[in-house]
Amino acid sequence: MTIAEDPATTSPGYKWVGTRMIRPDGFEKVTGRARFGADIKLNGMLYGHVLRSPHAHATIVSIDTSEAEKMAGVRAVITGADFPDPSGPAGDQDLQRNVIAREKALYEGHTIAAVAAQTRAQAKAAAEAIKVVYEVLPHVMSVDEAMAPGAPLLHPKLMTKGVDPAPTEPSNVASRAVYQGGDLDLGFAESDVVVEGTFTTKPVHQGYIEPHAAVADTTPNGRTTLWCSSQGHFTMRSLSAKVLGWEPSKLKVIPAEIGGGFGGKTTIYLEPLAVRLSQKAGRPVKLVMSRDEVFRATGPASGTKIVGKLGFKNDGTMVAGELWMAYEAGAFAGSPAGAGSMTALAPYTVPNFLIEGFDVVVNKPKVAAYRAPGAPMSSFAVESLIDEAAKKLGIDPIDIRLKNAVTEGCTATYGPKFPRIGFVETLEAIKNHPNYQIPLGPNQGRGVASGFWFNAGLNSSATVHVNEDGNVIVVTGSPDIGGSRASMALMAAEEFGIDAARIQPVVGDTESVGYNDQTGGSRTTLATGAAVIEACRKVIADLRGRAAKQWDVALEKVEWVDGQAQHVEGTQPPLSLADLARGWNRTGGPLTASAALNARGVGSAFSTQVVDLEIDPDTGHVTVLRYLTAQDAGRAIHPSYVEGQLQGGVVQGIGWALNEEYIFDRNGKMENPGFLDYRIPVASDMPMIDTIVVEVPNPGHPYGVRGVGEVGIVPPLAAVANAVDDAVSRRIRDLPLSPVRILDAILNKDS
Amino acid sequence: MAHVHFSAGLRSGFTGGVAELVVEAATVGALIRALDERFPGIGEKLSSGTSVAIDGEIIPDAEFESLSATAEVHFLETIGGG
Repeated sequence: MTIAEDPATTSPGYKWVGTRMIRPDGFEKVTGRARFGADIKLNGMLYGHVLRSPHAHATIVSIDTSEAEKMAGVRAVITGADFPDPSGPAGDQDLQRNVIAREKALYEGHTIAAVAAQTRAQAKAAAEAIKVVYEVLPHVMSVDEAMAPGAPLLHPKLMTKGVDPAPTEPSNVASRAVYQGGDLDLGFAESDVVVEGTFTTKPVHQGYIEPHAAVADTTPNGRTTLWCSSQGHFTMRSLSAKVLGWEPSKLKVIPAEIGGGFGGKTTIYLEPLAVRLSQKAGRPVKLVMSRDEVFRATGPASGTKIVGKLGFKNDGTMVAGELWMAYEAGAFAGSPAGAGSMTALAPYTVPNFLIEGFDVVVNKPKVAAYRAPGAPMSSFAVESLIDEAAKKLGIDPIDIRLKNAVTEGCTATYGPKFPRIGFVETLEAIKNHPNYQIPLGPNQGRGVASGFWFNAGLNSSATVHVNEDGNVIVVTGSPDIGGSRASMALMAAEEFGIDAARIQPVVGDTESVGYNDQTGGSRTTLATGAAVIEACRKVIADLRGRAAKQWDVALEKVEWVDGQAQHVEGTQPPLSLADLARGWNRTGGPLTASAALNARGVGSAFSTQVVDLEIDPDTGHVTVLRYLTAQDAGRAIHPSYVEGQLQGGVVQGIGWALNEEYIFDRNGKMENPGFLDYRIPVASDMPMIDTIVVEVPNPGHPYGVRGVGEVGIVPPLAAVANAVDDAVSRRIRDLPLSPVRILDAILNKDS
Repeated sequence: MAHVHFSAGLRSGFTGGVAELVVEAATVGALIRALDERFPGIGEKLSSGTSVAIDGEIIPDAEFESLSATAEVHFLETIGGG
């Protein structure tokens, strides 16, 4: 269900915005014509293989590549010594060391060296012939281990930021974020009911189907072309340049189609390796990760430990909240502990609170963004505790959230006041939906949870060309990972007043369009869309001028209506876009315009969800019976894509809740680096995910758009856990809610 | 003019517990310079890895943003999206 289908709430006057055009990339994808990263083939291309650390933590004593270099077919071998010494800000140095290890290997799978050879088999054999002498070091695999006194240190100079007084000794804690308001002791003293508990989540992977791939072709003059699938080819360019020690302009990055990212393709792994191998070999080089490598070497979401305590009055008013949260960063600082801290209690008006978030390095792959990074874990704790409080107080789980929900003008726990938001509307939409009233049977449970995410604006560019036949090309630099081409086409069609089928949306390379930040942070429809709208309006202004010139009238006598220039007094026959395009050589040349902006007007996103599930009391297996999600989209430009984003976030969240976890052995080696043993939900596991697209327009965007790609993954962890508790009357605070864990809870209900 | 609100981390690390302050500044950059004069070292903290919320809108690169006479300013952690 979408509001776009509801005449009462559909904005009058939109002809294309809110419709469901056939996706522009659909034909190429279903016929196999679309080219993903691994599909790129060049003449004379070599194949690469990466040698990775077998140890979770080890000093690299020496690397001997001499034998490998002599092997058949081998054209290049590289190690960390082939790159500039890490330099710049700490984050840049971490990036350089994560792409290829220098002094130490910091996790199993850390890149040590790479080979390019005539065939994949030759490259693999040569990589295995590289002799690496390690001095194995003790490792830490959890925040508890990493934060313990005397823990082995990953980085001997890492000093905790954000504590007062500043530490004098290094540790594995990179930083502390803290948000505080009111009087916590007073808040808990005033509470009638206090709920508390310790919650843990395991690292989970973004689970994109397409492994990372990069093809580099470096010419003798140093100019390099790089093909890769990513969430932002301009970012791939700038990050790769940092590792290579190059100016970004030496690199041209051509975006391949992307087979899923979800935040995981916002950083680099293979790209600089492919470039350096190509440079050294003098030939194009392709590197493609196996699934095993994707798991062992690319960023999952943080594992977490969260200690939470909430206090409520008897009427359900939340009066106190305290959260201590530690997020695994992986091998380098940079977990989303800060975002987790900011989002944890943001949906609610709680007057007294203390939230601390710790960024902790452990000997696991460096974490990467995953839809609403940091928010699902802290929300899992908070929304579980709210559920416990509702049960204790005998209040409906939606009513207790309505009692405390933030609205326009409320101060968020992270500081600022909220603008117009649609959180209450999502709660009411769920409460009023028939799903919420369906009676449950034996062993069945119902769980509710809500979530908040910020969304981003950032930098976008767009260029709009009118062809000589009056059709329009819209070029942006935002990879299409969730329907942005369709959204750009619809917004351009709305601006021009022409059929969306006459708009060709294109994702241009780094030399074909102005800079665009990544497709991430739920920003593309809002920010790149704003650039497209601005460019369209420039072209339309130009078109009006061309018509005025032809009619020899003042510009203000010309208006643009339904795809044509009209004289305001009707004294001239209208000139269509095609008419004006045909005559452009007589009126000033080709019709084109660009726009570039750092987007403003970002709107916050809220989601509320309810799940019904059934538990097999003999096995602990969970069957999801039905799932309903309501999310404020501001304005759904292409409702099917919006629904898809909502559904995708929910399904990934269900996987996080029920199945997914990294499992390591005692030596810090991952034991389940494949989709057989690391089980993401598949279609046959899921019911239809029902959606309610709430539309509370964002006043900061021409069409009212809010980002929709991330917040949907925030509530499912708690929603599922709350439903399990409802079904078995046992609160489980550790994810995943695997059959073993649920069965244990059932069998040991009284313990 | 800006009405600046300091987070708990900034209060304990830089402002000696000062939670709010009204500062004469036309831009965010000028505001940060003024704050650094009063709370030495806070300028570096606010100039990197920090977003600014002006009247509720979070802006990552805000140095040249204008501040109205009634602007409400918060300094926040930079947030990465997925």
